[in-house]
Amino acid sequence: MNQFSYVRVTSKESAIAAMAKDKAAMFLAGGTNLVDLMKSGVTGPERLVDINNVPLATIEETKTGLRIGALAKNTAVAENALVIKHFPLLSQALKAGASPQLRNMATVGGNMMQRTRCHYFYDSALPCNKRNPGSGCGAIGGFTRMHAIFGASDKCIAVHPSDMCVALTALDAVITVAGPKGERKIPFGDFHRLPGDTPEQDNNLQRGELIIAVDIPFNQLAAHTHYLKVRDRASYAFALVSVGAAMQIKGGNIAEVRLAMGGVAHKPWRLKEAEAWLKGKSATEENFRKAASMAMANAKSQGGNAFKLTLAPNTIVEALKTAAAQA
Amino acid sequence: MDDQLKNEEHTGTSRRSFLKKSSLITALALTPDTVIKAAEKGLDEQIASAIETMPLSVTINGVKQSVRIEPRVTLLDLLRERLHLTGTKKGCDHGQCGACTVHVDGQRVNSCLTLALTTEGRNVTTIEGLADGDNLHPMQEAFLEHDGFQCGYCTPGQIMSAVCCIREGHANTPDEVREYMSGNICRCGAYSNIVDAIMDVKQGGKKV
Repeated sequence: MNQFSYVRVTSKESAIAAMAKDKAAMFLAGGTNLVDLMKSGVTGPERLVDINNVPLATIEETKTGLRIGALAKNTAVAENALVIKHFPLLSQALKAGASPQLRNMATVGGNMMQRTRCHYFYDSALPCNKRNPGSGCGAIGGFTRMHAIFGASDKCIAVHPSDMCVALTALDAVITVAGPKGERKIPFGDFHRLPGDTPEQDNNLQRGELIIAVDIPFNQLAAHTHYLKVRDRASYAFALVSVGAAMQIKGGNIAEVRLAMGGVAHKPWRLKEAEAWLKGKSATEENFRKAASMAMANAKSQGGNAFKLTLAPNTIVEALKTAAAQA
Repeated sequence: MDDQLKNEEHTGTSRRSFLKKSSLITALALTPDTVIKAAEKGLDEQIASAIETMPLSVTINGVKQSVRIEPRVTLLDLLRERLHLTGTKKGCDHGQCGACTVHVDGQRVNSCLTLALTTEGRNVTTIEGLADGDNLHPMQEAFLEHDGFQCGYCTPGQIMSAVCCIREGHANTPDEVREYMSGNICRCGAYSNIVDAIMDVKQGGKKV
């Protein structure tokens, strides 16, 4: 690991001030991704601003929903009684990610900021437009088993690795960030970016901004919820495809539904057209299958991930069936 | 060796000066301006002091440790290389295998991805701190009894993780144990015996 200097801050104001002073600085939260990237030589900040002692870890009920502090640990969120009661999809998604040790370290804000696990991004001997803009994409035409089927560009076909973000996208969460110019809010679906011509930018956070909290508005979707993650081993692996599904069912009909996928795009992939089509329909496998076909309309294989074109719709159907079957 | 050293001294390239020069070259290649400035003055000692170290106070297995370390030192390397607590193992060094699992304020974490400075003021427990004197911890006894290992390299991490698995309330069924022990890889494949050991401790009801 390259050398760097280190400063510990205890307030969001001092965190933002410390970042403003040094353009080569980065925030350090749980470190589960950043320290790994620094060891691999993918990222080399000259200064780390340790924000672990900033009081941003509370989970509280507001008038309109739950507010989760950016430094709440993944374990703390997954096992929080309010989260389990109101947003079981979030709890399920978090528990599907990483290992117990990593979930004890990783934070909500850090989870959003984690970078792709594309092997070509991690291997600094290979070209990668995300790691080294303009160098080319090693993955295109290479080993593409884990790669995107939606929204990829000719510059980058990497996917976002998070499970938590799939749930937060489906739940219409809103992110609050703070920077030198004050606070602003970002709808969750607008936070992460598609690669386009600038795959080096994972998200729309501006330099020097700190994620403060995530607000999730109350909904009526807790009764029929399922997060289904398909991966190469039973646990502790990144998703090939994952689906977060949550529904409100009244008299056998779908009053409201949310659907999002992981492992398929550069950002958590919300299926709004399929949602709109399902609304008001009966909760049958036939309708789930039609919605899944609709969701796959613009899917494109990279060769090695062609199996995802079949796996993804099947996972959507299975997640919806399981969610609908809940009492 | 002594003769060789004498010969080198005669030719004016002593072992000590060679080491000084080679470490200077390495330092120049790898380090920032402050070090290069120190190196220009030609003194190893100045290079050493120019590499920024910071104070850290952390309680490890009940003993308060006060050290100065570089910011890039991980908790794992602090334990093994500085404090010589080599029970905690370095496997992948990337958070993928769990061999480095320790407890920080009672929570199991990967010490390889934990920068040591982030543990300021915290309580760390390693495998060396689990037994009560000569009396093994119930989980250590259970791993022995159930043959929960072959080569033993992953075992300290498995045991530290297993203790938390029970404390967290995630050891109610063998399936739940498998899920909540998924962060600890065993290349010998002792998994079935590890699950047996954990279930035995859980069902035995001893305090962990």
